[in-house]
Amino acid sequence: MSALDAVFASCRDQGRAALVAYLPAGFPDAASSREAMVALVEAGADIVEVGVPYTDPLMDGPVIQDAADRALAGGFRVRDLLGNVEAVAAAGGSAVVMSYWNPILRYGPDDFARDLAAAGGAGLITPDLIPDEAADWRAAAQAHGVAPIFLVAPSSTDARLAMTTSACRGFVYAASTMGVTGTRASVGGGAADLVARTRAVTDLPISVGLGVSTREQAAEVASFADGVIVGSALVRALGEGTASGAGLDPLRTLTADLAEGVRQR
Amino acid sequence: MTQTEPGVQLGRFGDFGGRFVPEALIAALDELDAARTAATADPEFSRELARLHRDYTGRPTPLTEVPRFAEHAGGARVFLKREDLTHTGSHKINNVLGQALLTVRMGKKRVIAETGAGQHGVATATAAALMGLDCTVYMGEKDTRRQSLNVARMRLLGAEVVPVSHGSSTLKDAINEALRDWVTNVEDTHYLLGTVTGPHPFPTMVRDFHRIIGDEAHDQLRELTGGLPDIVCACVGGGSNAMGIFQRFRDEPGVRLVGFEAGGEGVATGRHAARFSSGEPGVLHGAATYVLQDEDGQTLESHSVSAGLDYPSVGPEHAYLRASGRAEYQPVNDDEAMEAFALLCRTEGILPAIESAHALAGALRMGKEAEPGTVILVNLSGRGDKDVETAATWFGLTGEDAVRAEAPGDASDGPPTDPPHAPSEGIES
Repeated sequence: MSALDAVFASCRDQGRAALVAYLPAGFPDAASSREAMVALVEAGADIVEVGVPYTDPLMDGPVIQDAADRALAGGFRVRDLLGNVEAVAAAGGSAVVMSYWNPILRYGPDDFARDLAAAGGAGLITPDLIPDEAADWRAAAQAHGVAPIFLVAPSSTDARLAMTTSACRGFVYAASTMGVTGTRASVGGGAADLVARTRAVTDLPISVGLGVSTREQAAEVASFADGVIVGSALVRALGEGTASGAGLDPLRTLTADLAEGVRQR
Repeated sequence: MTQTEPGVQLGRFGDFGGRFVPEALIAALDELDAARTAATADPEFSRELARLHRDYTGRPTPLTEVPRFAEHAGGARVFLKREDLTHTGSHKINNVLGQALLTVRMGKKRVIAETGAGQHGVATATAAALMGLDCTVYMGEKDTRRQSLNVARMRLLGAEVVPVSHGSSTLKDAINEALRDWVTNVEDTHYLLGTVTGPHPFPTMVRDFHRIIGDEAHDQLRELTGGLPDIVCACVGGGSNAMGIFQRFRDEPGVRLVGFEAGGEGVATGRHAARFSSGEPGVLHGAATYVLQDEDGQTLESHSVSAGLDYPSVGPEHAYLRASGRAEYQPVNDDEAMEAFALLCRTEGILPAIESAHALAGALRMGKEAEPGTVILVNLSGRGDKDVETAATWFGLTGEDAVRAEAPGDASDGPPTDPPHAPSEGIES
């Protein structure tokens, strides 16, 4: 059983959803980003999504764009993320990387899969790589035992849901709404519908992302999904803590809150 | 393609092209592909587009021989395909009218677009006004300053212009923002992409809407010279005007196809947009192609005096034409382009867009290298009214700096040193 399979099996046994928490590597700086990811694990995140800062993040809203810009301005290098992955794994968490495709292509898909596995990483989420274009990546991921995780969207046809989920390992990333990352007042009603349509074609766990920022929203999503993905709200909490001198406290508080949410299904 | 491949790779040009976009956009791309395929087979669509080209755009555009300019081109004969004379002032309108008609056919009410120099934004705002569509144009904040005239034009035409100040604040960032808008509003919005890049079907569709440039030029040149051109020159930012004029000639093995990229301050300085000189294969904005990038795959900022060529990537079919050896690509530096800009003004009374001036500079270079009598066809993709301020600053033609306003010979000695120009910043300095 892979690391991700074990996480979701354990959550299922506990009758709850998994909390999947995103932060970009290198934000606000390299060392602090590792500490922040460890704090996520300590405060109750089951899976940490290690984001790769990229110059052209077309699926991200302003909060994550700004964090990526800051990480890049601070000298972030792609290989640095392996330190984040190792830190998460050492803290007892499960790490997956989230990256736009070009940095991975440049690194070399096979080299990346090998190094990610060696660092203890469990998978890679690719927001701008669809399975249709991913033959090389899927072969590399399989060879090195890391999970390729693709996205499904409300606009996906049933045929594409079946094709995409058959290419996924670990879990399926369901984008709750049509749009980019960022907090929203409500998670679209389309999310439950998308999860239901996706369940009809796969037995993999389904995690829902885009727009979740509060315990209440986490609980709502946990009622129909296997995993709840939170990004921008955590990035903002880390940024505010850094700016105000409160450090990691706001991040820990929000993470703990969200961890309660996924237990309130 | 392997047997384990679950989906079909679409829109490939050899190793380039494809669809590197979020899953959320796939349905819209499929819808667009189906709509353009159906439209292509529908005589009514072709008739309507032809009518607009004739009655609205003013096609066919003339082919003009420029002998006084050609005196500086080593004895070559130089012919300009006058896309600068279209309604809205550049070739961009060809593609825009096609996609706007498709937007209406798809039942969508809103178009969004990116723009660099503003020519595509103006064309899109124009077509939106003509067809009663809402229109939002994303433009790098830096470009809104160096192309302020076009910002005003778009607003006069009823479009909302959104300055984008993320990243490098230029064309690539405008495309990012347009893609974010599209993924959010794809239900009722068409992304009217302005060049031959992006995910399939954009590179193929945009090329096909522009092939009228080469089709017309081929027939016009045959009438004037009785034959084919020896060399076809075009500037290449994303590469739509170049694909448009190359398409008719690519199966004519005797015709050299040469694209000219922005060499900026010189390829060696790192401040340029010469993707084929120092870029590497990668993925940007939905297409596998050449990208200016660092060793981590982060996109590098491009630089050019021309906003329309200031883009770190290039259409995937150009990458294919280069890899296959069918077309060649060369950089033209800012000062070389501005020299050609001034020369065409002074010798022929034609004010070219600075983008197109790169192709003119390329034609001068090609002509000097070639046998006398060589026939060079240049795509004069746009007019330079939008660039008057940039050029005036470059040559020191305004106010107290106007002392060097004499004679094109000055320009051939390089731009004046007082005041010092800042090419990549255009007029803002």
